[in-house]
Amino acid sequence: MQRIGVFICHCGTNIAATVDVKAVAEALGREPGVVFSTDYQYMCSESGQTLMRDAIREHKLTGVVVCSCSPRMHETTFRKAAEKEGLNPYMVEIANIREQVSWIHKDVAEATEKAIILGRAAIAKVHLNKPLKAGESPVTKRALVIGGGIAGIQTALDIAEAGFEVDIVEKEPTIGGKMAQIDKTFPTLDCAACILTPKMVDVAQNEKIKIFSYSEVESVKGFVGNFKVAIRKKARYVDEEKCTGCGICTEKCPQKKVPNEFNMGLDTRRAIYIPFAQAVPKVATIDANYCTMMKTGKCGVCQKLCGAGAIDYKQQDTIVEREYGAIVAATGFNPMKPTQYNELGYATCEDVVTSLELERLMNAAGPTAGTLLRPSDKKHPHTIVFVQCVGSRCDAENEKGKPYCSKICCMYTAKHAMLIREKYPDTEVYVFYIDVRTPGKNFDEFYRRAVEQYGVHYVKGQVGKVVEENGVLKVQASDLLSGEQLHIDADLVVLATAVEPDKSARSIATMLTASMDTNDFFTEAHAKLRPVESPTAGIFLSGVCQGPKDIPETVSQASAAAAKVIGLLAKDKLTCNPCVAESDEMLCNGCSSCEKVCPYGAITYTDKEFRGPNRTTLIRRVASVNPAVCQGCGACTVACPSGAMDLKGFSNRQIMAEVDAICKM
Amino acid sequence: MQDVKEFRPKIVAFCCNWCSYAGADLAGSSRLAYPADVKIIRVPCSCRVNPLFILRAFQRGADGVIMAGCHPGDCHYTSGNYFARRRMTLLFSMLDYLGIERERTRVEWISAAEGAKFSKTMNEFAATVAALGENKRLEDLRCKK
Amino acid sequence: MQEMMKKRATELLADGTCDRVLGWAVGDFVYDQTPALFRTEEELQKGFVYNGFSAANLSKYLVKECRAGGKIAVFLKPCDTYSFNQLMAEHRIKREMIYVIGIACDGKADVEKLKEQGIDGITDIKESGDSYVVSTIYGDKTVKKAEVLAERCVACKSRKHMVYDELIGEEGEVIADSGRFDMVEKLEAMTPDERYLFWRGELSRCIRCNACRNVCPACTCEQCIFDNPRSGVSQKAAANSFEENMFHIIRAFHVAGRCTDCGECSRVCPENIPLHLLNRKFIKDVNTFYGDYQAGEDPAAKPPLGRYEKNDIEPGEAGGVKA
Repeated sequence: MQRIGVFICHCGTNIAATVDVKAVAEALGREPGVVFSTDYQYMCSESGQTLMRDAIREHKLTGVVVCSCSPRMHETTFRKAAEKEGLNPYMVEIANIREQVSWIHKDVAEATEKAIILGRAAIAKVHLNKPLKAGESPVTKRALVIGGGIAGIQTALDIAEAGFEVDIVEKEPTIGGKMAQIDKTFPTLDCAACILTPKMVDVAQNEKIKIFSYSEVESVKGFVGNFKVAIRKKARYVDEEKCTGCGICTEKCPQKKVPNEFNMGLDTRRAIYIPFAQAVPKVATIDANYCTMMKTGKCGVCQKLCGAGAIDYKQQDTIVEREYGAIVAATGFNPMKPTQYNELGYATCEDVVTSLELERLMNAAGPTAGTLLRPSDKKHPHTIVFVQCVGSRCDAENEKGKPYCSKICCMYTAKHAMLIREKYPDTEVYVFYIDVRTPGKNFDEFYRRAVEQYGVHYVKGQVGKVVEENGVLKVQASDLLSGEQLHIDADLVVLATAVEPDKSARSIATMLTASMDTNDFFTEAHAKLRPVESPTAGIFLSGVCQGPKDIPETVSQASAAAAKVIGLLAKDKLTCNPCVAESDEMLCNGCSSCEKVCPYGAITYTDKEFRGPNRTTLIRRVASVNPAVCQGCGACTVACPSGAMDLKGFSNRQIMAEVDAICKM
Repeated sequence: MQDVKEFRPKIVAFCCNWCSYAGADLAGSSRLAYPADVKIIRVPCSCRVNPLFILRAFQRGADGVIMAGCHPGDCHYTSGNYFARRRMTLLFSMLDYLGIERERTRVEWISAAEGAKFSKTMNEFAATVAALGENKRLEDLRCKK
Repeated sequence: MQEMMKKRATELLADGTCDRVLGWAVGDFVYDQTPALFRTEEELQKGFVYNGFSAANLSKYLVKECRAGGKIAVFLKPCDTYSFNQLMAEHRIKREMIYVIGIACDGKADVEKLKEQGIDGITDIKESGDSYVVSTIYGDKTVKKAEVLAERCVACKSRKHMVYDELIGEEGEVIADSGRFDMVEKLEAMTPDERYLFWRGELSRCIRCNACRNVCPACTCEQCIFDNPRSGVSQKAAANSFEENMFHIIRAFHVAGRCTDCGECSRVCPENIPLHLLNRKFIKDVNTFYGDYQAGEDPAAKPPLGRYEKNDIEPGEAGGVKA
């Protein structure tokens, strides 16, 4: 029989206001095996833990039940405290009487009764608990970063700096991501390329970093410290080793009419291309959808011209298998395509553009070589209207948009307005906003400069309609402060569209078994305290894939993720979860049912000799679980018909004891 | 004297640690109430829920059993809920085949972010089970008062 | 047929292909045959029988025999070969130790049905075209096979052997429209209350003799959870309706996706409970929800509960009932 101590936490008034903690302590004190039962104001506090430790010592406790907040909050706290007193940490169970009782029930009698029942269930479980010892597993000292934008770049550089190998997998032909497309950065107005491209070069030159460009993650197996990842290197029809990036092919390719995605489709590129001058790796890629040779078998200009002999029309996708200890998701974002907003005219008017398109229109390396000309007639626009929150901050019922604030639009719009007024003082600039949000170092100062110094017209209100009439964009809007309807004849309308997680993120999250929120942003392990870790061990989050953020924030988060990765890779061994499956060889049929449902390949079979009747021996095939590989899901335990497979810490008997205690009233 | 006390069902909710239990925590911290009749048992994954546990609950006096796990595709262990889904589909179909009220068992996928869904699901399920009344068809009289 | 089989068994023993033959012998009654091992020609001549009462599925006994070593020849009817394959898939038997003699089968007689026809005091049965000639202490009687075939043979799913080393008799075909799910469908069409009453009427007769489990070729656990006091669910005899339900639900669930529908459970049930209707429900559900699958057809196939599809039906939508 266990000697169980029960501790009821008041959690200040969080629990004690709704649950009669004294009554719970008294009722649970009468349960079989309970030798000590008390209540205390804050069990998780230093003195609460001391109370528990004293009781373990004085009453020779073999098991502990803490009735408190969720085990997801303080289970580890109490287990550690017990361990310090020499009690196996897995002899501690938590009854969740805060989230599951006091916070959701109002009636004291009802809440108290439920708290007692949950306490009894925990006691029933502890009666069957066994001391568990954690195993160890080795750590592969290499990290994978998925996504080569500024987030992935910074994370990779920081990890490499600490001396660990890093691979970057980037689905585009070059790293650089969205930042490479941006013209200037707020609030300093320095050029994005000037600060990004040196980092890209650093990545290319760093011996510890390997770039898999034009590649995608195909599958992920394994677990923290021991991931096995298959990377698909998509055929680019150019031998990366041979290509020198001289660019002759990209100048001579006769297929000139390919929309240039780097310039947001505002101009065209060739079928063989290097996305931009500072691309890393600087290697050409053939766009098979447009290449005449690939489509008709006739052309071959690039092959003839290539002095390095790098063109290979027969190149195939290849799969590379690599092992990693940690994986960082840095899959980034895309600005939403506002085509569904018919009233804003994006789909119908050429001169209604998105902010990222405007970046390209203002960039010296863009389609207009940095002179702001509107797309339709290549004339200089004199009146420009900015529309904020397109697709952001929408009602939950509004299927067109996102419920969240995209966070960066207020600042980049202020930047755009300021740059335009600086360069073209004869231009009138209007910004229609819901709120102007400028928290951040030097951000509000920046915005005020746009208004006060540069005379940008900020109007609180929404744009209702944009229609084109004879080359003029008729903008209809409301000014909420004056209550007036405004009619503006604009030459260019710029939509600050919502930030959307990259489409690839969902499938990557599935492969990583990392959870996502309803907007397809990766979920962090804890919103406040573990913001760069995914709840799945060994998976870390960097950049906008976790939520909208600007460049400084992205870089800080990227470095934070790197710090977490380094902390993991610095370990030689990881302590495993001891709550793993275990097979009872005497009961095992060796039927392989369990193996088929194990997602980790943790189960193997051996032929083992057993004693048969009458001093005979017999060989039986039996399962054994590798505790370093098993993650403790328990799928095998239900697949097993004979009950040979059981899960430590969540055994059949334990769960049934909880069921019994809950149902007994 | 006739006992006119309102029928309060006993409901056992098996919740996976990573999504649905966290969803219950969120329901709690958001103060989204659901009946006290619902009592949660934490399991690592929905695939840990053995049909034996569900029958056991009915035997010991439960009037309804619900299993909640991560949304398909979001399982912390990749595939656990997919296997759980097949098992429960077959089990529930069998219970129904035996004439045992299908509404007494339920599976729901509730993420860690869906505190509201957790609360709503439990409210609905408790109401459904309360309307069905006491579990008679899978009861074990020895386990009743 | 019986003589051909005996002759072949004798040869296999003689040429060293096997050291024993697993076949059938007469038990307490002529119609109550029992699986038996034969090691010599003499034993074969004395005890080996094969006729309309040789119903037992011999595949399960190979689990034990494989552990005893040596080489075993076994006679398997088409339905038994499914079980054989399933046992192979689950590594319960060793193919290299077994010599499979497939034997053609066009059904076995149900002694209860014979008795219903007024045939009693049976001493022997012989096949004669589409009839049985039943010898009794009151003289020979002839009945149409179709009238006295066991239910599982009326709804036979396959006369084709899934595996064999040699074949005696003519190979048949898989029967797609066996009608074996007709009764399941009939039950599904009932109201829940009617179904409940039907199954209470059946399962309440269970005396927990464990015959269904002991004969089932899918129930080869080293120790059944119901016999294991440490499992927490052991029960020797069903104390009440719950335990009756519990035993049969869990047994059906444990063999779900593994049951070859050989029908042995119902054949041996002394209370004539149609236990195969539980297993067939799962087979039908698996077919409906996850695509056609018959355990034992292909030993390399992944079982339905050992695989999944991302868009599998949800438990709440499983409209297997009144679809």
